[in-house]
Amino acid sequence: MRRRGHHQGGSNGGRARTGRRGVAALALGLAAATAGCAQGTGDDDTADFSGDEQLTGELSVMGFGLGDEIAQVRHDLAVEALDGPDVSLSEGELDVQAFLSAVASGNPPDLVVATRDQIGTFASRGAVVPIDDCLEAEQVDTGVFDKEALSQVTFDGAVYGLPEFDTVQIAMANGDLLADAGLSMADVDGSDWDAMAAASQALTRSEGGKLSVIGVDSKLPEFLPLWARANGADLLSADGRTAQLDDPRVLEALEFALGIYDEQGGFATVKTYRDSADFFGAGNQFATGVLGAMPMETWYVNVLNESSPDAPLAFGPVKDRQGEPLAYATGSAWAIPSGAENPQAACRYAATMTATDSWVAAAQERADARAESGQVFTGILTANTEADQRIRTELVDPQDAPAPWDAAIDASYTASEHTFTLPANPADAAFETAWQDAVNRVLNGQQEPRAALEQAQQEAQQALDEAWAAWDEGEGASQR
Amino acid sequence: MTSTTTASRAPANPRRRRPTASARRERNAALRFISPWIVGFVVFTAWPILYSAYLSLTDYDVINDPTFVGLDNYRQLATDPKVALALWNTLVYTVVQVPVYVLLALGLALLLDRAGRSAGFFRTAFFVPKMTPPVAVGVLLLLLFNGEYGVVNQVLGWFGVDGPAWTTDPDWIKPGLVLISLWSVGSSVIILLAALRGVPTELYDAARVDGAGFWRRTRTVTVPMISGPLFFVVVVNTIAAFQLFTEAYTAYFGAGSSTYRNDAALFYVIYLFQQGFEFLHMGYASALAWLLFVVIMLVTVVQLLVSRRLVYYEGDRR
Repeated sequence: MRRRGHHQGGSNGGRARTGRRGVAALALGLAAATAGCAQGTGDDDTADFSGDEQLTGELSVMGFGLGDEIAQVRHDLAVEALDGPDVSLSEGELDVQAFLSAVASGNPPDLVVATRDQIGTFASRGAVVPIDDCLEAEQVDTGVFDKEALSQVTFDGAVYGLPEFDTVQIAMANGDLLADAGLSMADVDGSDWDAMAAASQALTRSEGGKLSVIGVDSKLPEFLPLWARANGADLLSADGRTAQLDDPRVLEALEFALGIYDEQGGFATVKTYRDSADFFGAGNQFATGVLGAMPMETWYVNVLNESSPDAPLAFGPVKDRQGEPLAYATGSAWAIPSGAENPQAACRYAATMTATDSWVAAAQERADARAESGQVFTGILTANTEADQRIRTELVDPQDAPAPWDAAIDASYTASEHTFTLPANPADAAFETAWQDAVNRVLNGQQEPRAALEQAQQEAQQALDEAWAAWDEGEGASQR
Repeated sequence: MTSTTTASRAPANPRRRRPTASARRERNAALRFISPWIVGFVVFTAWPILYSAYLSLTDYDVINDPTFVGLDNYRQLATDPKVALALWNTLVYTVVQVPVYVLLALGLALLLDRAGRSAGFFRTAFFVPKMTPPVAVGVLLLLLFNGEYGVVNQVLGWFGVDGPAWTTDPDWIKPGLVLISLWSVGSSVIILLAALRGVPTELYDAARVDGAGFWRRTRTVTVPMISGPLFFVVVVNTIAAFQLFTEAYTAYFGAGSSTYRNDAALFYVIYLFQQGFEFLHMGYASALAWLLFVVIMLVTVVQLLVSRRLVYYEGDRR
């Protein structure tokens, strides 16, 4: 364009000027458009939850589906509590990009269900609003929530979400294999690492040079936080600002869990064998006798109960090195996006979904359905301690459940009372990627544990520093 | 030189000749007909390209307004060890995958060209896998290449070969991905087969008269005559290899794949995706995208320069 204008300059000065003006106008237009295209949420980081008037309008919910009776019963109660607004659900797991794009474009849903570890990131970027006023308006007693779950949705002192569900781990084992080796759950529940390593060796079997029975699966990389905490260390400081991946106790935990695999031929051997199993079916590792023990989330109890009810299973809580029960809790939470058009309805809906009575009603439905199909109701962990207590006492009676499911129920509830979480922080994805990649480098033989954790520490801390700096200088500063 | 000579013989200032009314009508009609494409190109291609260039100079987290940071993102590229790792992984994959893929496609096309009446069936059979969604191919990779019980190692076992841990051993992850990429070789086979069918038979007849066997005819007649389409396949697959994402991401970085994550599978576009869509560093991801654009452009330019000596276009004066 410029070259052509130059050539024509002598005899066509007017056209050249026009051309230059055109180019300048185009450039200005592009600059204005690019600058204007990515409009953020600005200062729209609060919502009005006041007023007792009749709720109206619509309520759009993203990331929540009516997949089972636990969802359906609570949804029906929440719609009834709204008494007016039409509720539309965008079912399926929350699509973070779709959600953030909707918020950025000023067309967000009124309510979202996210994993709890996402809340800090959303809050730090102003994608969701604090709900302290909502809790007050709906007279929600936050004391009923699991403290750890609530802390995961509390960012820089403000509550940003209503927690629901606790996913916790318990120790699961093949009782026959344990008995044959003269072992008990105490040998594989993590309370004695030397005993656990010895148990793994005793349970491991090979045939024709190939692994045929996995002794113990220490479930790396995902359960590093569990092993670290069992050793007295947290991966992240309580304020969510300092990575602690290079803590010697984290290193010791990683080396222990890694050693479990090394004794069985290495992680690759265990993993490829593990992946060949029918994890969700009747041919699962416990039913086929190819796995001694592993820590696993409690939802797997129901899978085992449905797919292999007669498998020789044994259950118990995971324990730390002092012998105390321990569980790394995760779960989801309801949050209200910035710019939501109907925050009052969103607040009431979320409050009803997480209310004690709603959980108990949903659990009753589940218990009835399980009884009808001849299966054991193992309870649900709701992140609402009051609801958990009522469900356990009113609907779940381990005395009525046959062995080994009674032990699974006891272990699950014990675990739910001894949870810990990673604190809310504004760089959760980068933090998790840093430590998981480090563990995988170790498992794949690409790096020694110490070097891997030191690299992860640097990566995680850099991500945290940048994210916290952005918060401290921007949104956080304006709120203070 | 040629252009100067031509210009001196041409009428003076031909551009100034006003187009006739019918020519203007034709031009306007043509513009109207292609306007849907132009609008689509501007809105969905040109504009995003320009916008990503702008974003690469900003700190942008999708939610809040972009903050201009100058060349900071590009400076960070130079010091980010994962950029070097991802580039290296991508380069190694490309250097191995493209020759293997193209040679296999050529070999299959040569076989199909001699298949006679059954060529139609095999043509379809080779192309059908291309219809498999890349996500499914990623899952397939984990099943077929399971180190203990995957089909690939079972077949290798028949020949007494103890197959590697394709999906967990860092040294074998890229070879595994190269092999699974051959799943979709059918599309290139079809292109090369069409080119083979266009080679004049008299050239083969002449070669036969001169005593050339199959390999000699392939080397001195077939390959030069289809060098244009062959070059196209090389360029397109080189670009695709640099942009490898779906299969590798599904297998090693997707939801529920935390135990498969592996630095050996951290390809450039995967790292770009992580930065942009997982860590919400959209400005940095845009800078990453522009670096990839420059790398691909340089490689393509080199390929074009080399092609001037190696590629034959019918009707070309060279």
